[in-house]
Amino acid sequence: MASVKKNYVVETIRKSQMIELLNKGDRLDGRALDELRPLTIQTGFIQKANGSAMVSLGNTQVLAGVKVATGTPFSDTPDKGLLVVNAEVLPLSSAYAEAGPPSEDAIELARVVDRGVRESEMVDLSSLCIIEGKSVYTVFVDVNIMNVDGNLFDATSYAVVSALRTSKMPKYVVVDEKVKAAEEIIPLPAKRTPVSVTMARIGDTLLVDPTSEEEAAMDARITLTTDDDGNLCAAQKGEANTFSPAKVLEAADTSIRIGKQVRNAIWQAAK
Amino acid sequence: MEPRRKLMDENGVRLDGRKWDELRPIKMQVGTLKNADGSAYIEFGKNKIMAAVYGPKEVHPKHEVLPDRALVRARYHMAPFSVDERKNPAPSRREIEISKVIREALEPALVVEEYPRTAIEVFVEVLQSDGGSRVAGITAASLALADAGINMRDLVVGVSSGIIDGQVVLDLDDAEDKEGTGDMPVAQMPTLNQVTLLQVDGIYTRENFQKAFELALEGGKKVYQMQRAALNERFFASGQAEAPADVEPAGGEAGGES
Repeated sequence: MASVKKNYVVETIRKSQMIELLNKGDRLDGRALDELRPLTIQTGFIQKANGSAMVSLGNTQVLAGVKVATGTPFSDTPDKGLLVVNAEVLPLSSAYAEAGPPSEDAIELARVVDRGVRESEMVDLSSLCIIEGKSVYTVFVDVNIMNVDGNLFDATSYAVVSALRTSKMPKYVVVDEKVKAAEEIIPLPAKRTPVSVTMARIGDTLLVDPTSEEEAAMDARITLTTDDDGNLCAAQKGEANTFSPAKVLEAADTSIRIGKQVRNAIWQAAK
Repeated sequence: MEPRRKLMDENGVRLDGRKWDELRPIKMQVGTLKNADGSAYIEFGKNKIMAAVYGPKEVHPKHEVLPDRALVRARYHMAPFSVDERKNPAPSRREIEISKVIREALEPALVVEEYPRTAIEVFVEVLQSDGGSRVAGITAASLALADAGINMRDLVVGVSSGIIDGQVVLDLDDAEDKEGTGDMPVAQMPTLNQVTLLQVDGIYTRENFQKAFELALEGGKKVYQMQRAALNERFFASGQAEAPADVEPAGGEAGGES
């Protein structure tokens, strides 16, 4: 990630140290290879948002907020609500982050998280149509990256999913051919719980939930998202290196297994 | 919205007449632009894509220079007239993401440590889009890199697979991409058997995931043979020289250490 400064000398030394440890199945912070850092999810953090979640994954911290309004649908989906995920790596999140338009990394981050939410059909977009072709609910999920310590993909995904699960919005009704917010407050129709699991490949080893330090030494990265039934619904390989086909399938199995644990944690925290 | 139409008939034939494991018609040509250091043009179904490579060249701005290797840049761009509704020519978020994954798909094949303090720039211009343009673009860009004479560990070739009407199929066209329920672009270095790009959209059981992934890898190996033929055509045409027999890939770990 651009928000992590690449220092060739230190990385090369750290990397050989890490590989030595990994050969014994150990990580620098003592975790198992498939172990997540402590995950905490606090929903309802922002009262003015329709839904929100502050998520900590180890020292990585992100805040997602949902804002619901109405707008016109896309012409190719006139009967579906709009859902947009956007992420910003704030300048306060690390010594290496800079203010400015979203970086390539931030765009990829938002699009990969968006893909998991969209493809799992987490939010029933068909029920967010008010007048076909004219007016639909628009759901904007904006994510502020507060502190960077690796694996922004999963922290962002868990925050977005938790915020959407706990979002409430006014029911919009049509009065005299005009769309108006009614008194009634309804839950956002979030039915599924997609869970992304990101792994770094360092040498021959896959590490779940990499820290910044591990990311600086990684060869390549892979994110796989699963749905409630253990089906795979989104994936993204990252970094300028490769995976063998066997490693991809190993990563898929790990994502299905770890995804189940995390899904339970999200259900507990974001009811 | 009208009900979804069937994309495959009861005999397993797709809308354009292909079977589940068939590729669209493919044409490739290497050395198509005069100014570029390397270039290639590909037609992949209705996709028409031009790829060009400039470099190794000086790095601008200078602070981006890498002391031990070449800086690789890639730009994937769709022409405004390449799709049904005019596309705004400014780079979209989609194009920015695709540019990134294309760069990361090609770079593992380049021996970047042989060109320190330089930039290698790859341009993929989609003139007409028909589903699978990122993988067709990677296939063409890899030919352009070879045409530019940049030292490579392997070619990179991409093909997508996906799911239509509940069936895993190879190489989605535009209609299948939009109306199907899954899309999985995969790029690989076929000789080294390494995956350099993987993206997944849609819902896959574990079984279908593996089936689609392996189908895309297999399909890519077929396209790789066409890439080789296109390079032979460019460099060993009309019996002036013999094309080399299968060459063992260069040693060393893919992507290098850094």
